Amino acid sequence: MKHYIQVGLLSVLLLSVNLLSSCMAGKAHGGLNPTTVIVAGSTSVQPYVEILVEEYRLLYPDNAVGVQGGGSSAGIRAVLNEIAEIGMSSRALNQEEKELGLWSVEIALDGLAIVVHPDNKVENLTMEQVRDIYSRKITNWSEVNGEDRKIHIISREEGSGTRSAFQDLVMGDEMIAPRAIVQNSNGAVRQLVSSDRNAIGFISLGLAEPQPGLQPVKALNLDGFSPTQENVLSGEYELYRAFLFISEDEPTGAARHFVSFVLSEEGQRILSGEGLIPAREMALTGGEGVSDEEV
Amino acid sequence: MKKFKEKLSGRIFFILALSTISALVLITIFIFVEGMPLIAEVGLFNFIFGMVWSPSQGHFGIFPMIVGTVSVTFGAALIGIPVGICCSIFMAEFAPARMRSIFRPAIQLLAGIPSVVYGFWGLIYIVPIIRDRLGGPGLSVLAGSVILAIMILPTIISISEVSIMALPRHYKEGALALGMTHWQTIWRVQLPAAKSGIVAGVILGIGRAVGETMVVIMVLGNAVALPESILDPVRTLTTNIGIEMGYAAGKHQQALFATGIVLFILIMILNITAQIITRRKSK
Amino acid sequence: MIKLNPHTAEKLAKGVIWTVALMVIAVLIFIIVFILYRGLSVINWEFLTRIPRRSGREGGILTPIIGTLSVTLLAILIAMPFGIGTAFYLAEYTKDGILTRIIRFCTESLAGIPSIIYGLFGFIFFVQILDLKWSILSGGLTLAIMVLPTLIRTSEEAIRAVPKTYREVSFSLGGTKWQTIRKAVVPSAIRGIVNGLILSVGRCVAETAAVILTAGVSLSMPKSVLDSSRTMAVHFYQLVIEGISMTNAYGTAAVLIILVFFINVVANMLINRFVAKGR
Repeated sequence: MKHYIQVGLLSVLLLSVNLLSSCMAGKAHGGLNPTTVIVAGSTSVQPYVEILVEEYRLLYPDNAVGVQGGGSSAGIRAVLNEIAEIGMSSRALNQEEKELGLWSVEIALDGLAIVVHPDNKVENLTMEQVRDIYSRKITNWSEVNGEDRKIHIISREEGSGTRSAFQDLVMGDEMIAPRAIVQNSNGAVRQLVSSDRNAIGFISLGLAEPQPGLQPVKALNLDGFSPTQENVLSGEYELYRAFLFISEDEPTGAARHFVSFVLSEEGQRILSGEGLIPAREMALTGGEGVSDEEV
Repeated sequence: MKKFKEKLSGRIFFILALSTISALVLITIFIFVEGMPLIAEVGLFNFIFGMVWSPSQGHFGIFPMIVGTVSVTFGAALIGIPVGICCSIFMAEFAPARMRSIFRPAIQLLAGIPSVVYGFWGLIYIVPIIRDRLGGPGLSVLAGSVILAIMILPTIISISEVSIMALPRHYKEGALALGMTHWQTIWRVQLPAAKSGIVAGVILGIGRAVGETMVVIMVLGNAVALPESILDPVRTLTTNIGIEMGYAAGKHQQALFATGIVLFILIMILNITAQIITRRKSK
Repeated sequence: MIKLNPHTAEKLAKGVIWTVALMVIAVLIFIIVFILYRGLSVINWEFLTRIPRRSGREGGILTPIIGTLSVTLLAILIAMPFGIGTAFYLAEYTKDGILTRIIRFCTESLAGIPSIIYGLFGFIFFVQILDLKWSILSGGLTLAIMVLPTLIRTSEEAIRAVPKTYREVSFSLGGTKWQTIRKAVVPSAIRGIVNGLILSVGRCVAETAAVILTAGVSLSMPKSVLDSSRTMAVHFYQLVIEGISMTNAYGTAAVLIILVFFINVVANMLINRFVAKGR
């Protein structure tokens, strides 16, 4: 018995020593090799950036990029606290954040789709009807040419980039009803809408299309215009927002290299393949285009 | 040498034992330092009894979430505690040896299954049943209570069982020798004797229900309104922190830490009450 | 109230308890089968040994597996000396006094603190103030504090369950306290202590809220404990909540369940052998 305990204690001791030394090594490693670029923030942008990072890693195996979620504001805070080099945001910077003199660049545009269950008879809503539904002035689908069923409204959480875009673009001064169900990601809203015949929600346009292994949802036309990349670009479909990269100052070194990649033709092609709309201006700063040497 | 070892081991154990104190103190300090400024600004009464939560417009009222937390936890306890105690009696007293050897690892396994898996199961299985059979959006107090009840079972069962099994044999033998039936022995002798352990298990279980975040995010619907029935969606204090923390900044973040303070105090009241009960009963 | 005949009461109680217990087992089996049925077909060698691609829509779950193992191992290694040490202190080295009451109070309170609060604390303290950033180390430290109460409570129960006579015999043979603990108490309490460790490992593997805020969600392969890594539970949560891939979500959940099952079986085997040889 005694033997066992001694062996046990010894192995614990060895493991702890190992652990400590690996900590030290890690610290040293981090100090010598500060090239891991950390990108953090909006959960709407995160999946797209993860895909970009995979491609980036194939092209430049020596450059490490780590992606973290947290949300738009968390990304901005992470940049300020220097936990992350680059923040991701799915909303414009607010006044308070602008005053901090942060650097930002638009990496893509993303449409917002109003989605319902595929069995829902409704095909089109006006901007005003959407606003009335979300402020609970309209509570039954029959009021908008649908079946006689109660509407279950699904919203995003307070402070989400997607919600604040919806608030600005659709609601204006009206408040989203507190009775609304709140989900904390595009995917969760989509999942719920796809399984509830009475539900209505708003999600990133790229996710409204049929996805392998997931139940479909139906994206509604808004004021007669279908939510497509073309209609967003032509300005006829009015619900869209920009995805931003944010940094304390204009990025340099490895971070700049990654940002350049995202804004390059290759990066934009990947984003467009995932259902996003390419950024309107591909520039790092003051209109200066991305040179090929940079990527 | 012997004496030195004796002293040293005592000292080391003493120092290790202080770790929980320092951990609790650190956590308390950080939550209070972050959250108090907002409570001071809004006013304690307005914060706790305010009905509107809209940080971007400067409204910080968490009353609907307090109601949400209490109702979901109450529902989970209502289902989970009796079932859990029945199971622990079953394991400790009624189950044949072979069955016990299946039951116990099964409970251990369940304790190990990530809570998100329960949440997922609830979302895919329980929520549609409630929506189709009982109406409403499905995401509801009821869905949350059912899933949390299942989740807190392993905690209640394993701890209650250990404390029943740990009773000296002569308690049971003595009672049986006095002519009590098996059930009378359990009800009048073993359960009262194991009470402190069972209460501890129940507290840990309720703590888990109050503190669970990911599962309730998935099945509760998170609406910030007072529920009118058990089929309505609600938001709990934990989900308020869980779903909004990522996005929060400035005052909004302080408000979430302030929510944390309320949660913290709620749990402290629970703990202290339970500890007083345990102490009294064991005397 | 109706006074029941003791024998009727006996039958009634037995019936109720059997029914409830069997129902619980049925629900548990149902949940596990529900997940495994859809998840097992996803699992193959490639799924386990390939790095996730396209946010986890394609590829395997190698990175989350490594993340889970490293965060958990680290948390248990850090928590073990503190948890078991506290348990021995409470059970063997002290009589009930103000200090033990404070320690017990703190343990109870820590047990009740929601994991999301551990996450907030870890995020502010380890990630930001100690500047460990989102890393396996931050996650491990946070989880270590989180499992302390479980470890203390189960270990203490186990130590207290050791019959007094064992200690008395050891003392009467002239053993010191330390010798008594080592030779008389530990061998018979080890089963309960290991059980506590298993519960703790389970909590670490299963935790989502606290690790998401401290270990982060990076899908890159960690090179040291200072790198961020997502655990399997976090990966699963992301797959479900972001609607990335239900197929891979079922697969990940199945792997998690099997992992937990495996840990339990191995630990149980170890205990049995340990106990058998110790005697």
